[in-house]
Amino acid sequence: MSQLMSGAKILLECLAREGVDTIFGYPGGVTLPLYDAMYDNPIRHILVRHEQNAAFAAQGYSRSTGKVGVCCATSGPGATNLVTGLVDAMMDSIPVVALTGQVTAKLIGSDAFQEADTFGITRSATKHNYLVKNINELPQVIHEAFYIASSGRPGPVLVDITKDVFQGNAHYAPVTSIHLPGYKVYTEGHTGQIRRAAQMMLEAERPMIYAGGGIVLSNSSAELRELVELVDAPAVCTLMGLGSLGSEHPNFISMPGMHGSYAANMGMYNTDLIIALGVRFDDRVTGRLNAFAPHARIIHVDIDPAEISKIRNADLPIVGDLKRVLPKLSAVLRELKPSAGERAGLKAWWKQIREWKDEHPLKPVVSDTDIKPQHLMQEIDRLTKGKAIVCSDVGQHQMWAAQLIRFNEPRLWINSGGLGSMGFGLPAALGAQVANPDQLVVAICGDGGFQMSIPELATLFNFGLPVKVIVMNNGYLGMVRQWQELFYANRLSQVTLDCFPDPVQLAGAYGFKGRTVERPSELTEALETAFADPGPYLLNVKVTPTENVYPMVPAGGAINEMVLGPPQPVAIA
Amino acid sequence: MLQVITLLVENKTGALMRVTGLLTARGYNIDSLTVARTLDPELSRMTIAVAIEPHQRRQLIKHMNKLINVLQATDLTDSPAVIRELVLMRVRAPQESRTGILKEAEIFGARVVDSTLEGFALEATGDIEKLDEFIDIMRSYGEIEVTRGGAVAVSLESRKLRLSPPVPRGTEEAKSEEKTGVI
Repeated sequence: MSQLMSGAKILLECLAREGVDTIFGYPGGVTLPLYDAMYDNPIRHILVRHEQNAAFAAQGYSRSTGKVGVCCATSGPGATNLVTGLVDAMMDSIPVVALTGQVTAKLIGSDAFQEADTFGITRSATKHNYLVKNINELPQVIHEAFYIASSGRPGPVLVDITKDVFQGNAHYAPVTSIHLPGYKVYTEGHTGQIRRAAQMMLEAERPMIYAGGGIVLSNSSAELRELVELVDAPAVCTLMGLGSLGSEHPNFISMPGMHGSYAANMGMYNTDLIIALGVRFDDRVTGRLNAFAPHARIIHVDIDPAEISKIRNADLPIVGDLKRVLPKLSAVLRELKPSAGERAGLKAWWKQIREWKDEHPLKPVVSDTDIKPQHLMQEIDRLTKGKAIVCSDVGQHQMWAAQLIRFNEPRLWINSGGLGSMGFGLPAALGAQVANPDQLVVAICGDGGFQMSIPELATLFNFGLPVKVIVMNNGYLGMVRQWQELFYANRLSQVTLDCFPDPVQLAGAYGFKGRTVERPSELTEALETAFADPGPYLLNVKVTPTENVYPMVPAGGAINEMVLGPPQPVAIA
Repeated sequence: MLQVITLLVENKTGALMRVTGLLTARGYNIDSLTVARTLDPELSRMTIAVAIEPHQRRQLIKHMNKLINVLQATDLTDSPAVIRELVLMRVRAPQESRTGILKEAEIFGARVVDSTLEGFALEATGDIEKLDEFIDIMRSYGEIEVTRGGAVAVSLESRKLRLSPPVPRGTEEAKSEEKTGVI
């Protein structure tokens, strides 16, 4: 059974077969035939205002649902504008399929109008990419792209399609299977290694569970909780893993790393066994490597063999899907636990962890005169109760939000972790709101990152997406300013943002409400009003301009030597 | 010491770029690289010689094995393998040194592939270090021009080639399989 169809229609048919309901995109010359086919196609197209934001929005869609996000751009500038969003998805292992138009096959290499070597440019920005010049290859390639993006360690896949492929006609027969002989996905984990790992967990006196984005990506939160409770170890979640173990869980001791909590970092320093689950020992977590968990053995579970022993040698590696491996580990633990006897060291370890927690808790700073950024995050936390989808941009506000907002479920905390792309927050929230129309979606941005994505306010209005955009406005590129203050003798170079559009007028110009708050007494009411508004809302919160994020492990520093707060004035006797 | 990696890759556009991209992204300089088709015309064999530290090499090979177009990447540096190279060389040979050149060529097992009044074209194959010596000796006879073919290698151990089977896709059954969480 086959019928004659245009390449554009074949593409849309393949997308439908992959369960695609939404495309974030921006049309152009060579994608004209594709957009013509979209005209009367049920797949929803969200017209963004810049291709980079199409890629970020596709990520917001994917990160909040677990489904593959799809973005689309034309050739040349359209495709090159996608690149940051693709690298961002690559760094955080987010399944995204990017479709780009390419000039007609016979014009490739002729410097045709809007021609760029998209295939070459995106080679290192993607998990895999394709250039389709033959319409007969199209269905196979599209299904391969979705399979590669969503399986194994997920990531972005780009398919570059020439205009003549969209325009041409071919007999289309649905693809029922694909064959990628060189693409290996290891899911099960080695049985012997799993047994040894469980033994190590029960023998350890000071175990720490170090859970990351892999738990979120593999939808293994329930499996993680079971393991945490069986091992009864303290657990930290990385920036990418926040919510994978609920913030309320008694074993959760917040985020480790550069701006992690004292207890989390002291725990990671003093542990004798790190149980690393879907993490990559990022430099923002480990600090100086030779001072990271110097007394610990490492169990490392990851689906990507290249992550094992990349940064820190794994004493016991397990390559597999956490969804499959964690239940097997738990089964062995249940079997071994009764004979493991009293785990004497564990009690003392927990006592120590609680002491660290009490000594230096992550506590919000509140002032009577100005809104402290921590106060803002605390209020967002109190009002959203760990249930809202919170999309963050990159910088100081991101760290305060990660420290102080609770997430009781995975896929609620969405941020650009690995690449740290400013401008991510607003378009990611846009994508998350499209995927979750009935849920409260909050974009927390700095005044810097927000101004990189302002055009998407139009998209929010156009599609009636009630995203609450909260700008933590300190008038600075705060994180860079903090580093200049601490490490460059406070020589503030190019970090002052002294022009910010009036939010009432700005939001008003786009057709919705905006407001500025400056006084701490107004904050709660302003947030409540924003959250209760049926439409999008822009809340500009003016905070203490020079507040710094603490605790802090300076770059290249040891995690047990955190700077806990601003230097105290020294009394001279 | 030279490190040698052998790869079996799908003969597809961009496959070479993906492999070399892993090296260039890390700032490694390729000493030599050869690619040619195998008995199966859809596959190519690639041999890469590169000077990098052992721990970097382990990481690199893992990344090569992750490439969709790479069926197998193997480190031959520390495992039994035959590594050979081909050298083509033009030697200027005036009357008085012709005999000497031919004698040296014979010692190194090189063949004369062309002979003119000005000199010889020689072809030699062998171990990479042996060829270095041969080139050094020929240089002492005067001006030479050398084209080296790059290392090619064959493993002396038979390695099991693990290939992934086809997967169902684009059908309702494939979709329901995905919902179970593991693909």
